[in-house]
Amino acid sequence: MSIDWNAFTPWSALAGGTLIGIAAVMFALLNGRIAGISGVIGGLIKPARGDVAWRASFAVGLVVAPLVYSLFASLARPQIAAHYGALIVAGLLVGIGTRYASGCTSGHGVCGLSRLSLRSLVATAVFMGAGFAAVFLTRHLFGI
Amino acid sequence: MLVFASLLSGLVFGLGLIVSGMANPAKVLGFLDLAGRWDPSLALVMAGAVAVGLVGFAVARNRSASLLGAPMKLSTARHIDRRLVFGSALFGIGWGLAGFCPGPGLVALGMGEVKAAAFVAAMLAGMVLFELLERRHAGAPPST
Repeated sequence: MSIDWNAFTPWSALAGGTLIGIAAVMFALLNGRIAGISGVIGGLIKPARGDVAWRASFAVGLVVAPLVYSLFASLARPQIAAHYGALIVAGLLVGIGTRYASGCTSGHGVCGLSRLSLRSLVATAVFMGAGFAAVFLTRHLFGI
Repeated sequence: MLVFASLLSGLVFGLGLIVSGMANPAKVLGFLDLAGRWDPSLALVMAGAVAVGLVGFAVARNRSASLLGAPMKLSTARHIDRRLVFGSALFGIGWGLAGFCPGPGLVALGMGEVKAAAFVAAMLAGMVLFELLERRHAGAPPST
């Protein structure tokens, strides 16, 4: 392992992370809910009465964030190297996996670890480990 | 009011993802690529978010209702089972394939990225598939 010091952005990472933490705490204190994005979105698939508006508005908040950000600063385009085939497979795995696990990077990673939940720590360790393995296999073993 | 709080939470969450660089799959994959030139930024994003979350959730946990009067629905699940582990593993593989997890997928969709739209569409399809499998598992006839 060698650290890529040119790519490493500690201050913006900490600042962005702090904003994410504030958002999660805001949502817990104001709405009484876990800001788990897969759960918030997944709940829209089988909507329950009175349960749609807050879920949809959280999603809208995420989607309009780039627009709001671009009012204050210039927005860099994301670099998406994956081809469409890989994106479709990845999306399917992320969709079904997060629903079985009842959470993703936000629900288990951010909120769960903040709540000192052992269940979320296990989930986070497994999806990070699987992510490390997937990147190792695709980049270094198969050279995709 | 709850809907507005939800919108604002989603917006701040999305801004955090943009500021931290996590809406950019190349940056996420730089973290997941331990064997390559490693970018530790994502670890600091998590550290920043969890530092805020530890304080915020410690406050939230003792409340019986949210600040807006909603019932507190913070997770109480503690079980570590196959669904959690296998679901997290599938999610992690998908995460490593494209560099997208649910939140950044939605934010990049808001940037007008067609590839992000493909990922999000597949993710929603994966969530629908989960509901169908759950329905079959429960043995209930389809309601449509």
